[in-house]
Amino acid sequence: MSERTAAFAHQFDDAEQQHDASTLGMWVFLVTEIMFFAGMFTAYVAYRSLYPEGFAHASHHLDVLLGGINTTVLITSSLTMALAVHAAQLGRRRPLVIFLLLTMALGSTFLVIKGFEYAHKFHEGLVPGPWFAYHGPDAGAQQLFLSIYFAMTGVHAAHMVIGIGVLSVLLFRARRGRYGKAYYTPVELSGLYWHFVDIVWIFLFPLLYLIGRHT
Amino acid sequence: MSAHVVPVRIYFTIFAMLLALTALTIFVSGIDLGPMNTVMALAIAVTKAMLVLLYFMHLRYSTRLTWLAISAGVIWLGILILFTMTDVLTRSWIALTH
Repeated sequence: MSERTAAFAHQFDDAEQQHDASTLGMWVFLVTEIMFFAGMFTAYVAYRSLYPEGFAHASHHLDVLLGGINTTVLITSSLTMALAVHAAQLGRRRPLVIFLLLTMALGSTFLVIKGFEYAHKFHEGLVPGPWFAYHGPDAGAQQLFLSIYFAMTGVHAAHMVIGIGVLSVLLFRARRGRYGKAYYTPVELSGLYWHFVDIVWIFLFPLLYLIGRHT
Repeated sequence: MSAHVVPVRIYFTIFAMLLALTALTIFVSGIDLGPMNTVMALAIAVTKAMLVLLYFMHLRYSTRLTWLAISAGVIWLGILILFTMTDVLTRSWIALTH
């Protein structure tokens, strides 16, 4: 099996060129992902510049402790993902399987905490729409903020679900010994995706949870 | 394949730095610095993103072509936000009568 996967497709000069091409392809995909999230970040910047107070007040509805815990969980999952790639590079099957499992477990933890946060918002009537329960002076701006919050964290969570799905395929194949020193490109590229999703959260956390803390 | 294997020690160092920067951004957000709060939050977030990009994502050891592709993405991100804001922020300059 490793002999077949270690070989390179006929259009490449060698395995290294094939690896570089795969890496570039993944990065081009991630650039489209940057632009995908950029639309929502732009909406955030535009509306926050129009309603700075409303956004800061609405930010108080979010739980900094849960957001902080989730940030830590996600950063830790990035570490375990990096260690999984490292294990794959060295051809260590057992550590690879363990680190993939840990990464998936941490990703799931993030989603569970996010789920509790969402449930709390629904319970408090903080979901934008006709049943929005807050009727203070800047209720409109707060609805805008929470719309952006749900859109951005929702799309981010969807990426996490996809990431866990990708990792489960890697896990299945890693257990069968499909990756080794000579061929671990799928592990590395899935790692790039996982870290990218982490970076999106690195920006979402301060921009959504922390903007109202000093007021 | 001549891939660069990053020592595990570096991964743990980056991990510790990311946790420290997360604590820092939460701490700084509690102090009233006026407009500097947003600047600080973004500066810390960009630093964290760079650490993840360079080390976890191996960008430091990637080809120049990869750097070029990412730079193109970041430049277009800048254009998107900059050009949108030139519209949003200048609308009030013209008094419109409805």
